[in-house]
Amino acid sequence: MAISLDGALGIHQPALEARIKRAEVLANNLANADTPGYKARDIDFKAMMQKAQQDMGGLGMAKTHENHLDTGSMAPDSELLYRLPHQPSVDGNTVDAQQEQSRFMRNAMETQASFQFLNGKVTGLKKALTGQ
Amino acid sequence: MSLGSIFDIAGSGMTAQSLRLNTTASNIANAETASSSIDQTYRARKPVFAAIQQSMLNPSQQGLALSGDEGAGAGVRVEGIVESNAELQMRYEPDHPAANEDGYVFYPNVNVVEEMADMMSSSRSFQMNVDVMNSAKSMMQRILTLGQQ
Repeated sequence: MAISLDGALGIHQPALEARIKRAEVLANNLANADTPGYKARDIDFKAMMQKAQQDMGGLGMAKTHENHLDTGSMAPDSELLYRLPHQPSVDGNTVDAQQEQSRFMRNAMETQASFQFLNGKVTGLKKALTGQ
Repeated sequence: MSLGSIFDIAGSGMTAQSLRLNTTASNIANAETASSSIDQTYRARKPVFAAIQQSMLNPSQQGLALSGDEGAGAGVRVEGIVESNAELQMRYEPDHPAANEDGYVFYPNVNVVEEMADMMSSSRSFQMNVDVMNSAKSMMQRILTLGQQ
């Protein structure tokens, strides 16, 4: 059986991409912490990973006819949601700077975890290729 | 890779906050700048922030620009600087060189306590954006080591 490079890296590559996208969204929240009327946003990580899993052919439904609905892309980029504010502010801004910062830090650590997994896969592949 | 855009976002935040710090410094420096007429008196200046949407950056997608739901946004910008409409302080100081014929001098409508609080808030926000940039930098550096021993 041939080694497929796409399959070898598993779920970790889309996971890392999702984490980086989330870092971008959270950084944008923090940059707009003082912007009047700005609504804080976040990514639905679970939905994003489910979509990635479906795209990888896990439990997704197969299309056998061209008129079939595309279940994989039922929610195109709708993972970007608005956050429910804990307390309203006068200027309409819903960013809680402390919470956003802790989320950003946590996301950075999780990125590192995803990266470690990915790095482990690459190291394993290299070991298999060199045969040592 | 969208990690690079975090640098732009945090950079835009730092620019906006340092401009806010600039207006605060200007307001505090001019808090006691007296003048003899209402028109010439310094007024407190405040920046107005607005979020940058991603569609503003690539005009090819102008058609979709008004949906308001496209992408994560791309940072913050300063839309303009407005002067405060609060009432000026009118003091009776006949000996002041800038006093008008009735002996009154006009002082700016700068509230120094408010400006100090604003200064602390903007310096904290600036710091926050620096932290974000540092985290993005270390994330990027880790990713550059992918596959190395």
